[in-house]
Amino acid sequence: MKWMKNLKSYVPPSFVVERDDYRCIRCKACVEQCSFDATFYDDEEDRVWTWNANCVGCNRCAAICPTDAITVKRAEPSYRYNHNWNGHVDSLKKRAIYGGTPVVSMGNDKPYPIYWDNMLLNASQVTNPSIDPLREPMELKTFLGRKPDSIHVDDSGLKTRLTPQLELDIPIMFAAMSYGALSYNVIESLGRAAKEMGTYYNSGEGGLNKDHYKFKGNIIVQVASGRFGVHKDYLDVGSAIEIKIGQGAKPGIGGHLPGEKVSETISETRMMPKGSDAISPAPHHDVYSIEDLRQLIYALKESTEYKKPVAVKIACVHNVAAIASGIARAGADIIVLDGFKGGTGASPQVIRDNIGLPLEVSLAVVDERLRQEGIRQYVSLVASGGIRNSMDVVKAIALGADAVYIGTAALIAIGCTMCQQCHTGKCAWGISTQDPHLSKRVNPDMASKRLINLLEVWALEIKETMGAMGINSIESLKGNRLNLRGVGLNDKELEILGILPAGE
Amino acid sequence: MKIVKIREDNCIFCHLCEVACIVEHSQSKDIIKAFKREEKPIARCSVEFNYPVSLSVMCRHCDDAPCVEACQNGSMHRDDRGYVVVDADTCVGCWMCIMACPYGVIKRDTRRESWGLSTKCDFCPDREIPACVEACPNEALTLEEI
Ligand code: SF4
Ligand code: SF4
Ligand code: SF4
Ligand code: SF4
Repeated sequence: MKWMKNLKSYVPPSFVVERDDYRCIRCKACVEQCSFDATFYDDEEDRVWTWNANCVGCNRCAAICPTDAITVKRAEPSYRYNHNWNGHVDSLKKRAIYGGTPVVSMGNDKPYPIYWDNMLLNASQVTNPSIDPLREPMELKTFLGRKPDSIHVDDSGLKTRLTPQLELDIPIMFAAMSYGALSYNVIESLGRAAKEMGTYYNSGEGGLNKDHYKFKGNIIVQVASGRFGVHKDYLDVGSAIEIKIGQGAKPGIGGHLPGEKVSETISETRMMPKGSDAISPAPHHDVYSIEDLRQLIYALKESTEYKKPVAVKIACVHNVAAIASGIARAGADIIVLDGFKGGTGASPQVIRDNIGLPLEVSLAVVDERLRQEGIRQYVSLVASGGIRNSMDVVKAIALGADAVYIGTAALIAIGCTMCQQCHTGKCAWGISTQDPHLSKRVNPDMASKRLINLLEVWALEIKETMGAMGINSIESLKGNRLNLRGVGLNDKELEILGILPAGE
Repeated sequence: MKIVKIREDNCIFCHLCEVACIVEHSQSKDIIKAFKREEKPIARCSVEFNYPVSLSVMCRHCDDAPCVEACQNGSMHRDDRGYVVVDADTCVGCWMCIMACPYGVIKRDTRRESWGLSTKCDFCPDREIPACVEACPNEALTLEEI
């Protein structure tokens, strides 16, 4: 054994790795692949061992083992069961032992309600025909940006001058995930997939590596409170600019890229010293009101000659509807609503797990509020944070979204197992790391193909469902809440979601 | 002619190409039996590592193969498919091929009875896709026409 366990720092392991010693051929692939120092080989014993305390449950070892000798199991500590304290004992102990608040990654993992799973979609029967998407055209194209109150058309065509629009072949984009949080190869894969599928990926707040300027036409560039990597060329490369006010996983908190992840190329891209922590302040220090936000929006529009839509991304919080109304009036073309299940590369656990609002609810109230105020056409709504499958996309659009962002889902497509270790920079799947050896684990040829497959399959599933509803264009699904029915929801929840209960 | 292309940018140092090569050249062609029950063959490919670089190297089946030139009795020869292979029955173990190979991919196996002497990539004669290419989880080895 390499280590000796010590009671002083003991908390029961979260995982137990079982290795079938007969099947194990000592190839040591698992030893090399475990980037968390949980697996090692003992020469003298000729055995492969696991130090369970270090295991994060990423399952990389189980995935690579050529003989299928490994099973990673969740370990439940066998304290006396106590419903009130379940899960709190160890998290309390960790704070007491280490004297720090735990930082976590990915999205909120607590068992809050998932409203998507309490909504059912409609289908056509007898009185209206359903449509077969394999035989008839089905339109998924959509445009994001401010729409005019009315349009004028004459024989020569459209007379009204439109403000700039983002054209999406499918209503799914890749959410803001920075180069820094993610490896170069992942950004490369997202870019390639966005280009192939006629959609966009978002640079996140880390700026853009010069190599990725080639994805011009498929990039949304982000301007966040740290303003890392923001300069003229950066803004020019973007098809749209997104001002990040908040993030669903950590509303009210700025960004933090640990120094370990600030490599040579990251420091160049972010325009900051190598190895130092990249701290984005909680607020934008020039935005303390809707008026200030308006100034920032117009400063960005001005510097890009009014050629690009400007989006504002906020975390879903209690007053989300009023805030969204203010943002629409401040001149934003797109509002991104990031629900509390959205992911992050690093967030204090207490914030991630306790702050924010469900995306479903926020989307419904924002869409409703903007309609009531007669300003819904001023902005497009992008739903973000916890979109897991194509039906979440359909339900989000029916609730009022114009498009969605996916982040975690895209990472899962290229290997992520949601072990929540992004902040450590040791990602065993090569995704959220800057270690040049680990990041080779994402092969952009394979990863971009997987992302394209995912989007193609989702697009087909969306078409199938729309066809079943008798709808042949995504535009007719937008805000079409009559195609949703709630199950297992109380009257107030139904009222807020603006949907009827099943049976009505 | 097809050859195994080495893409070092994608190699993740898992050694599974070596494992697959061993299994393919074993008697049982069964991964557990090959490692647990048999005297196992040597892998014809070798994975090299110098952080952060890693790559698997195996015979390049050169057009002007110096090992074929160097072999004193024609054991190292080009087969019908065009690949450079060694005839285990006639190889005398003089190791001239090892001296001549610029890539260092020919290995010594002194277990004459079971394996013959000079040991190198034979481009998996029983397979359409070489074992290492099929086993590589990150497409760091690909089969390409040259
Ligand atoms: S590779 Fe992942 S799952 Fe396996 S032992 Fe290491 S940390 Fe645990
Ligand atoms: S990868 Fe599997 S066979 Fe290889 S050493 Fe690990 S457990 Fe054993
Ligand atoms: S081609 Fe076949 S013989 Fe050559 S290294 Fe690969 S597995 Fe081994
Ligand atoms: S199997 Fe592929 S990735 Fe693994 S060591 Fe061999 S060449 Fe590298």
